[in-house]
Amino acid sequence: MSDDTPIVLTVNGEAVRARVPARLNLADFLRQDLGLTGTHVGCEHGVCGACTVLVDGKLARGCLMLAIQCDGACIETIEGADASGRLAKLQQAFHRRNALQCGFCTPAMLLTAAELLRGNPKPTREEVRDWISGNFCRCTGYQSIVDAVMEAAS
Amino acid sequence: MKTVLRAPIGAAVPRDRAKRLLAGRGRFVDDIHLPRMVHMAFVRSPHAHARIAGIDTSAAATMPGVIRIVTAADLAAVVSPWRPTHNRFPTMAAPEQSALATDTARFQGEAVAAVVASTRAQAEDACEAIIVDWEPLEQVGDLASALAVDAPRIHKEMASNLAFESEVATGDAEVALARADVVIERTFRFHRHTGVSLETRGILADYDPSEQRLTVHQSHQTPHQQQDLYARLLGLPEHKVRVVCPDVGGAFGLKHHLYPDELAACAAAVLLGRPVKFIADRLESFLSDIHCRDHEVHARMGFANDGTIVGLAIEDRFNAGAYGQYPRSSIAEGNQITRLTGAPYRMAHYNAKLKMAFLNRGVLGHIRAVGHPIAAAVAEALIDLGARKLNCDALALRRQNYLADADFPLTSAGGVAFEKLSFMQCLDKALSLVDVDQVRREQADLRAKGIHRGIGFNTFVELTAIGPEYYGEGGQHISAQETCLLRMEASGQVRIHIGTTDQGQGIDTGIQQVVAGVLGIPLDDIEVISGDSALSPMGGGSWGSRGAALGGEVAMQAARTLRTNLLSMAGFLLQKSANDLDVIDGVVVDTVRGSRHMTVAELAKIGHFRPYTLPPDLPSDLTVTARYGSRDRMFLAGNGIQVAIVDVDIRTGFVQPVRHLVVHDCGRVLNPLLVREQIRGGVVQGIGTALYEEFRYADNGALLNASFADYLVPMAGEMPDIEVAHIETPTETSELGAKGAGEAGLAGAVGAILNAVNDALAPIGVFMTEVPLTPPRILAAIDRAQMDASKV
Repeated sequence: MSDDTPIVLTVNGEAVRARVPARLNLADFLRQDLGLTGTHVGCEHGVCGACTVLVDGKLARGCLMLAIQCDGACIETIEGADASGRLAKLQQAFHRRNALQCGFCTPAMLLTAAELLRGNPKPTREEVRDWISGNFCRCTGYQSIVDAVMEAAS
Repeated sequence: MKTVLRAPIGAAVPRDRAKRLLAGRGRFVDDIHLPRMVHMAFVRSPHAHARIAGIDTSAAATMPGVIRIVTAADLAAVVSPWRPTHNRFPTMAAPEQSALATDTARFQGEAVAAVVASTRAQAEDACEAIIVDWEPLEQVGDLASALAVDAPRIHKEMASNLAFESEVATGDAEVALARADVVIERTFRFHRHTGVSLETRGILADYDPSEQRLTVHQSHQTPHQQQDLYARLLGLPEHKVRVVCPDVGGAFGLKHHLYPDELAACAAAVLLGRPVKFIADRLESFLSDIHCRDHEVHARMGFANDGTIVGLAIEDRFNAGAYGQYPRSSIAEGNQITRLTGAPYRMAHYNAKLKMAFLNRGVLGHIRAVGHPIAAAVAEALIDLGARKLNCDALALRRQNYLADADFPLTSAGGVAFEKLSFMQCLDKALSLVDVDQVRREQADLRAKGIHRGIGFNTFVELTAIGPEYYGEGGQHISAQETCLLRMEASGQVRIHIGTTDQGQGIDTGIQQVVAGVLGIPLDDIEVISGDSALSPMGGGSWGSRGAALGGEVAMQAARTLRTNLLSMAGFLLQKSANDLDVIDGVVVDTVRGSRHMTVAELAKIGHFRPYTLPPDLPSDLTVTARYGSRDRMFLAGNGIQVAIVDVDIRTGFVQPVRHLVVHDCGRVLNPLLVREQIRGGVVQGIGTALYEEFRYADNGALLNASFADYLVPMAGEMPDIEVAHIETPTETSELGAKGAGEAGLAGAVGAILNAVNDALAPIGVFMTEVPLTPPRILAAIDRAQMDASKV
């Protein structure tokens, strides 16, 4: 469409050029335009945390940012973080502890937990619970997620 | 011959599928994109009750990207309406419902028109331009108004809004209560909420008119049920309808029904001959997903002075919302409450009455632990009150009245067959893990510091793995049996095709373990293919905790047949008795002489490519099936007890769970890791029910909290760690001995929290009976108690 805006950004280390409508949010852009379906959409109002990605190295809600705001930005999604191997320890701990059931919250939960450990390599259980308290998980009851993050931190 | 059940059956094996999900490689329905795919969005009623005088789509039709706009009249040509009848309850009203509302909307959120457009955003834009001429009608939002003589009728075909009445009776509860030394009487209220899967409902329906072929990808628990429904309602040949359930992002019962909007998407695919996707947004989910609870239970429990429970009478009043849930009907939650209240106790005199009405609210139906949490919470609260009145220990009172080993098997006062339950053993185990005296000392110390700590116990029964009689006799096309097809490939690796489905609970792994254990081959050599109505043998999917008990058992039987065939082939080739042979880690072993022989892979190659080397009558099929369904039992009953410790802040009314313990008996545990995590997840949902989750409506019937900002769900920060222990009382109705485990967490948590809060507040004279136990309710109750105290 003529009112689409050109943007240039880096997604998982790859240069991306796109034309996006002003109202397209980042999560939909990643999923629909780039096929990065590991970013999930749970509420579209910034509460459930399922669409969490990294924008210029900081956790961000993909549903609360517009794609055009990401012009020039560096985005990392679960696909990039997985491929880099930087989540391996967390992923293994999540697997061993069954810290996921349906897996819909999981990519965002991993990215969020990894950011905690980057800044605080030895968190307490309470700190883990506090840090992930913006990520809704309906299946696990959270304990196994806390266990897995603690295991990855140890 | 008894099958040897060996490792990895019973081992804490993590799930294969988890690795894919951890890598962001899940495949949920909205991740699927098909050529020529278009998007559907709905115009939904903003009113709880309104007549549709007209729908003007002219402006919308010219908007960018719009391909087709449909109303009820457009869909009538391709899709039939339905009635949620249940022949076991022949007097239950089952008014007609259709994919889009015809002349009247009966709840806020009911779909009345839909736009199909190139993108979801364009479809939503066009929905906004559709003008519906609404004529609001008087809405009915509570049971008393619905049943009033002059109440507006929600369905004109009915004489009143009363949908169903029933009564379950054993002995004479009225006489028993009249003679009781002590009668405890309370009315409990459990408010309406829903299941809140993180992935919303979604469907992608593709229709090829040249073959009359409908292929549906759907976030759903029961692919075969949907295949049958779509075929019948759309008038398509069933073998041309395929329903595939890819990864499902949480289900909890809300994804095992027919939803009008999802059927409308299928109908639109038929009309357009191309793929149509509909993904509910969060607002649509809150408004249109199946809701649950919304019960008012009046209960009276009578005791003799020696502590014997002499009788229990309950009246459950609830509603189905605006229609009955299809195809199962909305009766089960009330029915379970009338069957299960007080079920752990010896009960000579029992009476349970039920009334179900229609209201102008979303459809109410089956969410995890249907009826269970209410039945358990009501009885266990009455027991605690009884103990106070009798001035005895509440745990001793439970123990005195529990059904004990000598009582089994029996049919409960509520009419449910109990094979063998372990109430005493579970309580003993719980008390070995929680030092109640210590908790009481801490409670006293904390109270001196102004902290109100409470401990609550909740004994529960868990009904699982429903038998075929309930829906078979009910007239619904819902399979309660399972068929398993095992196919051994030429490599010796195995594919398991089965009708149970996995939404994350891990039943695929449990079934994989059963087959690995029985066959004696490594887990990695086995894969489960489930959730596809074309690839999986006809089966029931996963709901009501049926996977392990039915899917596990049938997989065991199929594996036993395949094992027999492998050993007979090996016996012939080795010229040994098959009875002396076993398969261990994929290798045929002579167990008498201890010698190792060929691998399963070698046998499989012979079976597939050189069958002429085997006698024609030798059992050597490498693709085998088994079918299993229970006979003469409605449910497999399990049981357990939960213990909650909470702190109540009496200045804010806030409840903080401190510790939570579950002792659970689901028979044989196939995988302790997965069962434990099922329980924990259920407990946290139960804590949500007990403390947070509630739909709130304005006086005009508008839902006030249909967002995650306003509808509270449990988040990590407030939840306690949950200890889980097991007693194993295997069912003898199957060889595997597994019962279901999915309901227990939620079934027991609500009453445990309720009793803990009431224990904390007992010194200030407060007894809460309204769930969720929100801060305003707790503060109001404290205020009332203080005013009452000041009057004395």
